[in-house]
Amino acid sequence: MPVAARARLVLAAATSVVLVATGCSSGGGGGGSGSSDAGKTFSYQSSEPQNPLQPANANEVGGGRIIQNLFKGLVDYDPSTAKIRMQVADKIDTSDSQTFNVTLKDGWKFHDGTPVHAKNFVDAWNWGANPANNQINSSWFSDIEGYQDVHPAGGKPASDKMSGLTVTDDLHFTVKLSHKVSYFEYKLGYIAFSPLPDGFFKDPAGYGQKPVGNGPYQFVSWSHNTEVVTKTFPDYQGVDKPKNGGIVFKMYTTSEAAYADLQSSNLDVMDQVPPSALANYKNDLGDRAIDAPQGAIQNIGFTLYQGDWSSPDKAKVRQGLSMAIDRDVITKTVLQGSRKPATAWVAEGVEGYKDGACGDFCKFDPARAKQLIQDGGGVPGNKLLITYNADGGHKEWVDAVCNSIRQNTGVDCLGDPKPDFKAARAAITSHQLNGAFRTGWVQDYPLNANFLSDVYRTGAASNDFGYSNAQFDDAATKADEAASVADTVSGYQQAEAVLPSGMPAIPLWYYRTNSGYSTKVQNVKFDSFGNPAWTQVEVKG
Amino acid sequence: MGRFVARRLLQMIPVFLGTTALIFFMVHLLPGDPLAALWGDKAPDPVQLAALRHQQHFDEPLIQQYLDYMGGLFTGDFGKALDGRPVLDKITEALPVTVQLALLAFGFEIVLGIGIGLFAGLRRGKVFDKSALVFTLLLISIPVPVLGFLFQTIFGINLKWVKPTVQDSTDITQLVLPAIVLGSLSLAYVARLTRTSIAENIKADYVRTAVAKGLPRRRVIGTHLLRNSLIPVVTFLGTDLGALMGGAIVTEGIFNVQGVGHALYQAINMKEGATVSGFVAFLVIVYLAAGLIVDLLYAVLDPRIRYA
Repeated sequence: MPVAARARLVLAAATSVVLVATGCSSGGGGGGSGSSDAGKTFSYQSSEPQNPLQPANANEVGGGRIIQNLFKGLVDYDPSTAKIRMQVADKIDTSDSQTFNVTLKDGWKFHDGTPVHAKNFVDAWNWGANPANNQINSSWFSDIEGYQDVHPAGGKPASDKMSGLTVTDDLHFTVKLSHKVSYFEYKLGYIAFSPLPDGFFKDPAGYGQKPVGNGPYQFVSWSHNTEVVTKTFPDYQGVDKPKNGGIVFKMYTTSEAAYADLQSSNLDVMDQVPPSALANYKNDLGDRAIDAPQGAIQNIGFTLYQGDWSSPDKAKVRQGLSMAIDRDVITKTVLQGSRKPATAWVAEGVEGYKDGACGDFCKFDPARAKQLIQDGGGVPGNKLLITYNADGGHKEWVDAVCNSIRQNTGVDCLGDPKPDFKAARAAITSHQLNGAFRTGWVQDYPLNANFLSDVYRTGAASNDFGYSNAQFDDAATKADEAASVADTVSGYQQAEAVLPSGMPAIPLWYYRTNSGYSTKVQNVKFDSFGNPAWTQVEVKG
Repeated sequence: MGRFVARRLLQMIPVFLGTTALIFFMVHLLPGDPLAALWGDKAPDPVQLAALRHQQHFDEPLIQQYLDYMGGLFTGDFGKALDGRPVLDKITEALPVTVQLALLAFGFEIVLGIGIGLFAGLRRGKVFDKSALVFTLLLISIPVPVLGFLFQTIFGINLKWVKPTVQDSTDITQLVLPAIVLGSLSLAYVARLTRTSIAENIKADYVRTAVAKGLPRRRVIGTHLLRNSLIPVVTFLGTDLGALMGGAIVTEGIFNVQGVGHALYQAINMKEGATVSGFVAFLVIVYLAAGLIVDLLYAVLDPRIRYA
């Protein structure tokens, strides 16, 4: 999922003062285990969904979190291990990594009582791929054969059904892809692949306001800008039976407000503590504080498409710049421990993560940094501009990175703020930059392929660098055609090993979930998506 | 009087048209593409993007978009936001909340501000006056966000007298704390304006005459002194009401009030022309109406002012 900067409001963060943090440790013991009441609901900090609640239309956190609780796809990821596990699917078989035979479990039901059958998946995917329905996530279906007919690059669609999807009977269907993707089942955990009940297709707009899914929680009400209320679905068949009575998603305008509510137990679980509380939240919350790894990485990308940076020599300069950044100090001081220094292009905890893939180039070594930059012919104009969006709280670390580069190499480095996320993205995608820019990747699914194929392949949708390396592309293609996910993973590790030599992007650090919970709940654990294990939260009796 | 009001109402039309046009085009000038931003860090799907652009009429010339928008406005259609919900729904959700909050803050600053100002002005140089000056100076020098977080921490988290944030924005009792924070700065101004005005007018001839006539002190202060002294205060309050309605964004953020400030901030952030223009159109009307009421109040307060 892309870094949803739009959902995070930073206005109050900018004006908040350290004053708040003084003397406000709310007492009331920790989250020790006690009796819990499976009928009670808990509240979670949310933001108003920006689109109707349709699975293929939510790619921002506000709507996405709600939908992943209302719907359940063929597979999902175990919150503690990030490994894939079967949910609606009984098994997914493939012999050639291109045709997948899906067998569903019997007995799954939608919240309206209708059964979850193979056609509910096929119809939902066809509907999501259809451009007439304006679904943001439609490109997720692009691996499926016939996607081009339903969703052509131009002109009228030739069909409204993807030819690769065939329903065999109520509990079986096959998915044929247009090319080999050995890890396709990993993608199936994304919410866009959720099934939809038959009623949905008659009134998509109405169902977008009052969604009917097959997930652990069913929709109760949505009062705009205030809350979305859900309750436990008694007929839920998944492996993760809810231990609570439901989730109330409370809309907050700022994380400061949410944090104040959390401290006084008016809010049970929050998303991420505000920057102003980072220094003190562990003191404030005691053993109710959470510090967990997240499958997300922050990078500095380079404009390889642009004359000054395109020559192969400049890879040395980028390696040198990377070695001039003191990641340890910056993550501890400026970022207050909310990030962990990166040693690879794949985030920690992701299947296939290889510690140290970046090698020495991600280690702080000013002497070698200087030498490498010199060997590469120096930074063009001896000046580096790092473009970032000023509305995402990036200024502090960009300045720190620049200071680190300036002090250690003598290269003049400056932050180049764009007013907001939209403006920065527009400048990046239209290739209007000269030098470096902030970039990042949040996992769509916890597999290394997602961090590599979608970002560094020639012409990949998020390859904003213009990076093109035949060796990398070959390794990635070979990995996609592998016979098993295990082979895919090691194939992509080989592809990742190509990156240090060209250094299209400098890995900086991995994100962490810095959060906490109230005195009313227990057993709150966060997964690598930065979400709590929803169904496992226990509300104290 | 009637002609004056009619003329002022007519003057509102060009002001209204001008401000909405200005806002509409200014939102368009904001950098970035709001539709492409829906895809976040990912490259937008070109087919979908073109379809959305068409749906939002972004593919038409700007002037055509503006004419369509204004045409809709006069038939009561405020257009649709990017999330597909009618802008009017958003306005009718947020506006009552902000009106409640603003009126609470307004009432708070009027009652307390004029009260403090009156007593301080009458007892100029005494202990009450001196402490009122120090108190208001303190309010003026503390930025609103600091005061907001301070009150939230003290009353919400430490003392637990109130919930630190507003749980239900439509419940007026929960809006009291944010209203106090919101009104505190203006309270200081109102108190100081009133004090100075009273202290000045207390030496005026008409007050001496009133006292010499043997009028009771109550009547001298209430009818003659206070009424005449309120003119600068009313001028300030008129503009302040408009500011309270549109400018409560920081306070709304701290206390999680889902009002106009927050809605407007989000809409600007997402470059939603229709939503921003819709809210601003309402705010312009509030401003203009407040201005008119202030002018009419002049005549009520000061018998020397007459509108022909």
